[in-house]
Parts: sequence; structure tokens; C-alpha cells
Amino acid sequence: MSTATLDAAPSDADAIESFTVTLIIRRFDPDADDEPRWQDFDVEMFATDRILDALHKIKWEQDGSLTFRRSCAHGICGSDAMRINGRNRLACKTLIKDLDISKPIYVEAIKGLPLEKDLIVDMEPFFASYREVQPFLQARTMPGAGKERVQSVVDRARFDDTTKCILCAACTSSCPVFWTDGQYFGPAAIVNAHRFIFDSRDDEAKVRLDILGGKDGVWRCRTTFNCTEACPRGIQVTQAIAEVKSALMRGTA
Amino acid sequence: MSVKTVGTPEQSREPDLSTTTSRRPAGTLYRGREGMWSWVLHRITGVAIFFFLLVHVLDTALVRVSPEAYNAVIGTYQTPIMGLGEVALVGAIVFHAFNGIRIILIDFWSKGTVYQRVMFYVVIGLWAITMIGFVPRHLINVFSH
Repeated sequence: MSTATLDAAPSDADAIESFTVTLIIRRFDPDADDEPRWQDFDVEMFATDRILDALHKIKWEQDGSLTFRRSCAHGICGSDAMRINGRNRLACKTLIKDLDISKPIYVEAIKGLPLEKDLIVDMEPFFASYREVQPFLQARTMPGAGKERVQSVVDRARFDDTTKCILCAACTSSCPVFWTDGQYFGPAAIVNAHRFIFDSRDDEAKVRLDILGGKDGVWRCRTTFNCTEACPRGIQVTQAIAEVKSALMRGTA
Repeated sequence: MSVKTVGTPEQSREPDLSTTTSRRPAGTLYRGREGMWSWVLHRITGVAIFFFLLVHVLDTALVRVSPEAYNAVIGTYQTPIMGLGEVALVGAIVFHAFNGIRIILIDFWSKGTVYQRVMFYVVIGLWAITMIGFVPRHLINVFSH
């Protein structure tokens, strides 16, 4: 979008209306600060710009020390999950026009994971939970020679919703249970277990159900629906967790 | 930096860090929706009901110690302040009960997660109806004796 900005501005100042937006960012420099601190920045933005564009403008034009993760900037890589106005969102999918810019916009790191610097947290506990649920296909049968494993449309649709996960951690870090008890697997790990538990080609559903039926598994879920609200991919996360609970109770995947 | 021309002129001037920085370290309160707040209320009312039941078991057990002691303790409950406390107690129990049914439906009814928000407002509605029926009658009793 930066090219559009450059084209529009010099030719006619009021061709596209721009707004001064105040961002209050929760900053933390482990070398200098004992505690995080809030710092405000004024940025000139268009309604169609995203919070990620505002962060870029701050980093490029005002304060180069502002630190955040982003890779694709198009809602697929899952790098830039952050808490925007108190809710977990992807910075690259949150448009200025969808926020109330008469008030400052609060931007801070996601909660429940160790804060490293500014908007960056240590994602390792999150990925450790993800690895623990064995998020890969485990089939005991061999497909026919030169053939792939056949799956009916109905069987594929069974777990379609949970294939959309981009591992941004917006759900896990929106969960009050995860904030207070980091031992809980968290919604994202359960979503990715769900994706294989209900896959007709996979034969190790029971192993994953055993893992998730333990003390730190699905029974920690208190159905607050924060994860479903936070998911930038629109996955019905709480629904997926409920389906795993139900599979555990009935003993069938 | 040609991009800078887009912004207002005063923006390029670096503001003093002390005017733009707050030392308040805490993060913002997470803005969860109906699901999160129903859970918070459910937890608060649950803990409150637990402590009420603890005291209630103790004072009821007093009747085994001596009926006089039991009467003395129960007598102290017959005050307007306790009467208002009973409104809070009934309010907490009614919410906890109706929201408990909502949680059971979320867990056991296949459509429960879809209708959780609607069910929350049904819980609030049922709670309000119950309290409208209870509170006036109860307060008349409390303040007319």
C-alpha cells in the first residue's frame, strides 16, 4: 500500500482523506527497562491502511527501535498476532476504518507467553504444545502402488475447519486458562490435534485423544469462547475443542 | 526520506520521550465478550456460594451443639443488612444455576457452541425474571418485621 501513499500525496493533498491516528504501544527493552512502558505515536493514516502499516511508519519514520514480527503481511504466515485495543488480532488484517480513531489505539504483545521485546514474545512454549499433539499424518496402512490415499468429500469436510490454522497463537494467548496456567495445551494445539483425530486417513487418533484427555488437555477448557473470537481465520475453535471432548467421552473419533 | 512529506510537518520533529511515555507497566484488560464475562461471573458466584455454604453448614451444625446457641446465631441473621445479603446470595445462586445449565448445553448439545451467546442473554433474562419475582417480596418481609 505504500506505493499508493506516495502517488496520492504529492498530486493532491485531499484526494484521499487521511487521519492522524494515535497509537499507544506497550514497549519493553530487556536491556534498558525493568517493566514494560506505554509510549504514544501519532501517525498519518488512510482508512484503508492496516495497523501493520502504522507500525511500519513508526519504525521507518519515527522510531527505528520499535520491534515486532511480520513476514507475509497478508494474514497467512501468522507472525504478527498482537493485542489491539484489548483483543487479539493480526496487525496485517486490522484496518484503521474498523477501529474508533477518535480514541488512541492500544497495541501490545499477546498475553501469557514470555515477553522478549516490545511486541515480540517467546513462542517456544506454544510450539512445544503443538509438537506434543503429534500434528502429522500417521497411517498404518500403505496406499496402493502409485496411488494416493482416497478420502471421500464428506470425510474431508469433517475436519476442514481446523485445517485453516496458521499457528499465530492469537487463540492460545486469548485464553484465560492459558494465562494463569501455561501447562494447558491451549486452543491451537487442540485445533491441530482435531485436524488429525478426525482425518479418516489417520490411524493414531487414540494416541492424541490420550494426550488431550490428560490433566493439561481439553478438560481445562472453560468455554469462554475468547479463542473463537480471536481466530483471524474464523475457525470455530471452541466447537473443535467440544468435539474432542465429546470424542473422549464417547470413546470414538 | 520522501515518504516523510506525507505526514504533517510537526510529526517529523522528535517529541520528548518523557511526554510520550507512561510508566504504567500493566497491559490492558482483555476485552473478551459474553463467553468470557459469563465465565468470570460464574467463577465469582461459585466461590461466593462455596463460602456461604461453609458458614451455613457450620451454623446449622450448631443445633447439635446446643439449640440455644443455634437460636442466638440465627437471631443475628434477622437484620436488614443480612436481608440485603440474602438478595445478593439468591442473585448469585440463580445466575450460577442458569449459567450452569448453559454450560452443560455447550458441552453436551451439538449446537451448544453455536448458540452460546443467545443462551447467555436467555440466562440474563431468566435471572432478571426470577429476581423481579423474588426481591420485592423478600424486601417487604425483611423491612416489615
